[in-house]
Amino acid sequence: MFDFHPQLKQRFAALRTGAEFFSLRYVRESGQYLSVRKNVAEPPSLSRDEGAMLTVRVNGVEAYAATNDLSQQGLQAALERAEQQARRIKPHALLDLRDQPVSSDRADYFSPNVEQPFPSLSECFELLGAESASVPKDERLVNWEVSIGITHVEQIYLSSAGAELRQAQRFVYPGLDVTAYDGNDSQTRSLGRENFGQQGGADVISRCGLIGAGPQVADQALQLLLAPNTPQGPRDLLLMPDQMMLQIHESIGHPLELDRILGDERNYAGTSFVKTSDFGSLQYGSKLLNVTFDPGIPEELASYGHDDDGSAASKQFLIREGLLLRPLGGALSQFRAGLDGVANSRASSWNRAPIDRMANLNIEPGDQPLEQLIQGIENGILMSTNRSWSIDDARNKFQFGCEWGQLIENGELKGVVKNPNYRGISAHFWKSLRAVGNAGTTRVLGTPNCGKGEPNQVIRVGHASPACVFSHVDVFGGDA
Amino acid sequence: MASVKSQSDAFKVLVNWLRDSIREPEQFTVSYAGESSAFVRFNHAKVRQAGQVQQAGISLKLIDDGRHADLQITLSGEPETDLQRLAEGLQQLRETLPLLPQDPYLLLNHSGWQSKDVQTHPLPDTEAVVAEIAQAAEGLDLVGIYAAGPIARGFASSSGAFGWHQANSFNFDFSLFHENGEAVKASYAGHDWSSEGFAERFRQAREQLAFLGRPLRTLPPGQYRAYLAPAALEEIMGMLCWGGFSAQSIASKSSPLQKLYAGDQAFSPLVSLDEKVSDSLSPTFSGEGYPRSDLQLIIEGKAGEQLVGSRSAAEYGLTANGASGGEAPSALNMAAGELPQADILKQLGTGLYISNLWYLNFSDQPAARLTGMTRFATFWVENGEIQAPVSTMRFDDSAYSLLGSQLEALTAERELLLSASTYGQRNTSSALLPGALVSRLTLTL
Repeated sequence: MFDFHPQLKQRFAALRTGAEFFSLRYVRESGQYLSVRKNVAEPPSLSRDEGAMLTVRVNGVEAYAATNDLSQQGLQAALERAEQQARRIKPHALLDLRDQPVSSDRADYFSPNVEQPFPSLSECFELLGAESASVPKDERLVNWEVSIGITHVEQIYLSSAGAELRQAQRFVYPGLDVTAYDGNDSQTRSLGRENFGQQGGADVISRCGLIGAGPQVADQALQLLLAPNTPQGPRDLLLMPDQMMLQIHESIGHPLELDRILGDERNYAGTSFVKTSDFGSLQYGSKLLNVTFDPGIPEELASYGHDDDGSAASKQFLIREGLLLRPLGGALSQFRAGLDGVANSRASSWNRAPIDRMANLNIEPGDQPLEQLIQGIENGILMSTNRSWSIDDARNKFQFGCEWGQLIENGELKGVVKNPNYRGISAHFWKSLRAVGNAGTTRVLGTPNCGKGEPNQVIRVGHASPACVFSHVDVFGGDA
Repeated sequence: MASVKSQSDAFKVLVNWLRDSIREPEQFTVSYAGESSAFVRFNHAKVRQAGQVQQAGISLKLIDDGRHADLQITLSGEPETDLQRLAEGLQQLRETLPLLPQDPYLLLNHSGWQSKDVQTHPLPDTEAVVAEIAQAAEGLDLVGIYAAGPIARGFASSSGAFGWHQANSFNFDFSLFHENGEAVKASYAGHDWSSEGFAERFRQAREQLAFLGRPLRTLPPGQYRAYLAPAALEEIMGMLCWGGFSAQSIASKSSPLQKLYAGDQAFSPLVSLDEKVSDSLSPTFSGEGYPRSDLQLIIEGKAGEQLVGSRSAAEYGLTANGASGGEAPSALNMAAGELPQADILKQLGTGLYISNLWYLNFSDQPAARLTGMTRFATFWVENGEIQAPVSTMRFDDSAYSLLGSQLEALTAERELLLSASTYGQRNTSSALLPGALVSRLTLTL
């Protein structure tokens, strides 16, 4: 681990520049994606990637150069390109960062079990093959796939201020999906995949519940095929954690990103209905809503010690008892806005610059077990597992769809319904939160697929959430 | 990034090393992707973030006795290091293959095709472009990104195939914001930066910006006549391309166009859609080593060809036609209609003029029912005249309705939209699309 560190340190020390501050962020990533589709092993997709980003500050103007050439000459050339860029854009620069403090922290961070070997490729294929074979033979089951994705990342951050930060992480993404088709409609039921990723080792596969899940997931796909469409109209809505993660992500996470609020993303990812003046005063949700930025849950996908600008990460309440307190803004955004934020300045890899990202954004558990949540609903619906997401550029008007719906009548779970969709407006929706599940209902979930930024970046985010109940939500089904 | 010739030569060195190193009966395919990109982000008409990215990598597939695996390797640009990485990669694949079963869907292209397409039109100096943009945007609230530089793609195989594609390009993707928060989006992209061309594009955007100052109109949910400009139509086509034309998605019933391909649904006879690789900006060969053909995907509203990768060809008994791994189009070309650009507002009469849509997804995928938002420069039009910008609205409608029973006309003029996507690397896909006049668009929120 970190075997390139001594060489990198030596090369960093030998770099020459006229910049008042410079840093180097080296990333080495290796990955493998293994899958079995309809009992046939797909060819493994393996990867090895490494490179570095050099960032300079010249007279308060920052610029970067990312390079795949890690030789002394390559790094020096990149540093010079960055420095030249900073000097050239000075007349047009938006920001003067001369007074922005920089980190000089030194620390290491490791994923849980990162040093324990992961099951071998053969063992993984054996597991995937067994799970694929466990999907029952039924001519309506037209497609199924079982997969495991594993990514190892080593990152080393060095700066002229003396910062030396190392991270070694392993991310695991187990998944299974089954599609059923009746000649007219098709329905897919899944487990894991884009909804479940964690840091760790083989323990992640166990926590996901992949082993032995084939028959149940297949059965649920067939149930959906036979189910009526979700009825239209207002109902109380019980969202399970694998839909709550999307709800949190889109209608709390993105609107609270400080770079969006400052306008950086207006041409692409969008803006926010939240203003800088709202922090400390806006009642974002009901009193039951407690939202945290929490980098300290070891298995959660975006747990880390420091962000990619070198800021130390710690748990912070963004919303407490429904009151909006703090944005998702890293050191640079905090400097620009004059607001306290969190350590969430993150880059997707060595070839993209850090920007404000979500990291781990969680809802703190309440006090009700699942049974009590259901018993408290007279006319409602349970929805589980996100499959469709759409929200406006200010992150207000949303429409989300799930794989699985189940009606709730007079406090009891009733029949399965297909194509469960709901829509609402963020600014009102969280005020309709009327019950929060306890820790027993909470799941630690995450996705590797959050897109944002210009140039574009896709990054890992974690979301831990209990099941939650919302009052009087507009729900509806599909056409088929 | 190194010069075109040296990049191509460096790739050839790796290919030759591979050809010398493989042992019978091993085979390989190797694809290359490299770019040197200037990225300049703007906010409030100033430079928010600027940088330069140099990257290159290969994807190596090793095949032996019906077994195969793929390995992506980032290259350093330094010959000795890259040969060492390639040797380690080859060894990793050799150790991997015996652990795998034979693949019944392995299909290789054994032809030794050759392809070379190099465009080296000089790009303007980034500093000069930034100054030009800053000058044009003076007094305006501009936000966006300028991305520019050479892109290279390559392919080679143990069967003797060799392809090389290289092009210089730029894409300035930007928005102009009115102080009321409304905005117009535009782009200026291509190979040849012209100050006059940029000024004209900028003038058009400023002209639309003037309309955004009028008081905002809020519409109730309901059904409206609407004109979808090419950029708005591109969002809808983007959703349909998400598995829509993929042979595997169609066969496994996860295509949003499965009812079209089953003959149960059709679009309007006005709709004809091709994947037209010739004359596009993307390479004429796929990453898995097949020359890419022009394909007729939708012919007068009816299903045409599918995008077939080699794996699908083997699994479903089809003929591979150069589709990428994801079997998604990257050079869309939709037939023009007859509605002249100048008559759009008159023909619309009263309804919505929608410049852009945003964040689309499926409400019911097998039914091709979509939802999404209006974004940027959406106007309320009465009696053929723009009245007011419209507040952000959500639509929810079937593609078979929008491009079928409710499609009144397509414009005679088409717009070439070059992808501004930069996930991982700069995208080379494009879409040549008309605008669409629809008699009913359902707004829900």
